[in-house]
Amino acid sequence: MNECGEYKDLDIQNPVLKVLRQDRIPHIWCPGCGIGTSLNCFARALMDCGLNLDKVAVVSGIGCTGRTAGYLNLDSFHTTHGRAIPFATGLKLSNPELSVVVYSGDGDLFAIGGNHFFHAARRNMDLLVVCVNNYTYGMTGGQVAPTTPLGPTQTTMPYGNFEQSFNLPFVADACGATYVARWTAYHVRQLAKAMNEALLKKGLRFIEVLCPCPTLYSRRNKLGDGVDQMKYYKEKSVIKNGADTKEAVLTFQGEIIVGKFIDRERPTWLDSMNKHLSVALGDSFVPYGTNGGDNGQN
Amino acid sequence: MKADSSGVLTGVHFMDGDHAACEGALAAGCRFVAGYPITPSTEVVERFAARIPKVGGVFIQMEDEIASSIAIQGAVWGGKKVMSVTSGPGLSLMMEHIGFAVCTETPSVWVDVQRCGPSTGLPTQPAQHDMQQIKWGSHGDYEIIAISPNSPQECFDLMIKAFNLSETYRCPVFFMMDEVVGHMTERVEIPAADKIEVTPRKFTTKAPGEFKMYATTPDDLVPEMVKAGDGYRIHTTGLTHDERGYPLMTVAVQQKMMTRLIDKIKRNAHKLVDVRMDNCEGADIVVVSYGITSRIAHAAIDEARAKGLKVGHARLIICWPFPEALFREMASKVKAFVFPELNMGQMVRELNRAVVGKVKVVSVPHAGGTVHEPNTILNAIMEAAQ
Repeated sequence: MNECGEYKDLDIQNPVLKVLRQDRIPHIWCPGCGIGTSLNCFARALMDCGLNLDKVAVVSGIGCTGRTAGYLNLDSFHTTHGRAIPFATGLKLSNPELSVVVYSGDGDLFAIGGNHFFHAARRNMDLLVVCVNNYTYGMTGGQVAPTTPLGPTQTTMPYGNFEQSFNLPFVADACGATYVARWTAYHVRQLAKAMNEALLKKGLRFIEVLCPCPTLYSRRNKLGDGVDQMKYYKEKSVIKNGADTKEAVLTFQGEIIVGKFIDRERPTWLDSMNKHLSVALGDSFVPYGTNGGDNGQN
Repeated sequence: MKADSSGVLTGVHFMDGDHAACEGALAAGCRFVAGYPITPSTEVVERFAARIPKVGGVFIQMEDEIASSIAIQGAVWGGKKVMSVTSGPGLSLMMEHIGFAVCTETPSVWVDVQRCGPSTGLPTQPAQHDMQQIKWGSHGDYEIIAISPNSPQECFDLMIKAFNLSETYRCPVFFMMDEVVGHMTERVEIPAADKIEVTPRKFTTKAPGEFKMYATTPDDLVPEMVKAGDGYRIHTTGLTHDERGYPLMTVAVQQKMMTRLIDKIKRNAHKLVDVRMDNCEGADIVVVSYGITSRIAHAAIDEARAKGLKVGHARLIICWPFPEALFREMASKVKAFVFPELNMGQMVRELNRAVVGKVKVVSVPHAGGTVHEPNTILNAIMEAAQ
């Protein structure tokens, strides 16, 4: 062992380190938080998917998960609260050869940014949206989120939450997403596989990742530490690939339906634009982004 | 470099300011617009939606102005020149993203065809109500550039200037039209592409690894740029960041970043003076104006001169940064300034600040809904002359 505590003889460097910004590690996440686990799965998916990582960009909003973009060694954009999806929409349409991933939290994507998700899915914008759902606003100290199940206490629901939460896979399905899956921080292999699969698919793809927030959500509701939440995920998750998303409702510490729910084909926004305008305008139409992008003048 | 001819509709046209602004953007190389309908600006995006499929580029109507004002910034980092277009209520929704463009140094043109506020106001009659909002509406300190045209021809010509300045200084540039300028129809002459000078993006020639996102030199405070997909693996954030673009939240980094963002405009303020002077030398009274109000002022000034008064006219083309030094100097030579605006007195605050009580400044406010009566401005000139 050298003075830094590293075993030089053993190759024990974290295998996903090469897709992370090593000069930005350590990250800011709390012990037991699931965001890092999800990032590890995503890093593995990036390494395995075969895409040229110079052509993969990640966009985050604001919040704990919003910091993800800053740790990935990709073209990465840490934008404003709730607006990762419209930023990513502009980025993708501007340079269609990019694979653009939105990686953000439940409050960011479905409270302040909810409208943008609905419309990106309706348009079938060619984006992978990874939503880390920890049922709470972590960065600001544990307030009620649109994903908080009925019952648990949050700082702005001090007597327990009485607001109905979103069932995110159902929302994504209803809005037209081409791929919808849910896994938890416990299901690392399934999650990495889903991310890999979704990276290679077209259209608006949505993956919900349930993650523990031991510092705020668990502590406030006496749910133990991060490991206790992983035990809960292990015991109460039921894999139902192809399940009707309507049934995937989450309840407080209740059963969790996980799996790949939707995998279908729809033309993307850009494909629809090109197809439609080439018919409507004939030869006067200048096809856009069909040759790997970079059309027009910079 | 010269304009890309595919976007230049060379010829003599009869078109309104909104349409001319769109043609100016196309000639300047704009190939991505995200917008949301709002009168009296909508014709700009309608024309872009019709024209861009034949030029090569994208128009997308977003779900709101918040989305539009950030989608354009994503498109900049994908490599395009961009614009968004709105009016007062939409501009209010865009405020946060002005700050994002400032902080990340994202070159972008923001067109505001102004109407009466506050709130829904008097839709959709002319006003110049947003002149201070663009400068102060986003949180934090920042500097921007704002240009005000007074005719369809200027909507074309100055739009090219707006795009060029946004590339030169890597900041949001506001194109401050109003309902009358947007909807008036006049002759617009669009030159050949090789007669139009456009400023290319300041892309780096450095290799990945050698390039730092926000590295500058003492002589040039505007960093070089790259776009996503070119192998640089950049990071951009609205957090306080260092030269690498990495968030680094210390007092020292904040001080350094803020100072440069302000200084890159302030230190170049002398290059950003664009005031059209009409007989200001030797004048007793100088009327200061911008946008549509300048055309009304013109009529009042003619009448005042006919009465024997020595009246000059200083028309602001670039409103922000406000040409402080120029007016400070002029203040020692004239007896008074008269400043009509289609608001309750916004830019006149800047004039007052520049001349700090040296001479009389007569504000000629108007709540909006129509333009001034020339007589109102004439009376103000007569009053100032006494």
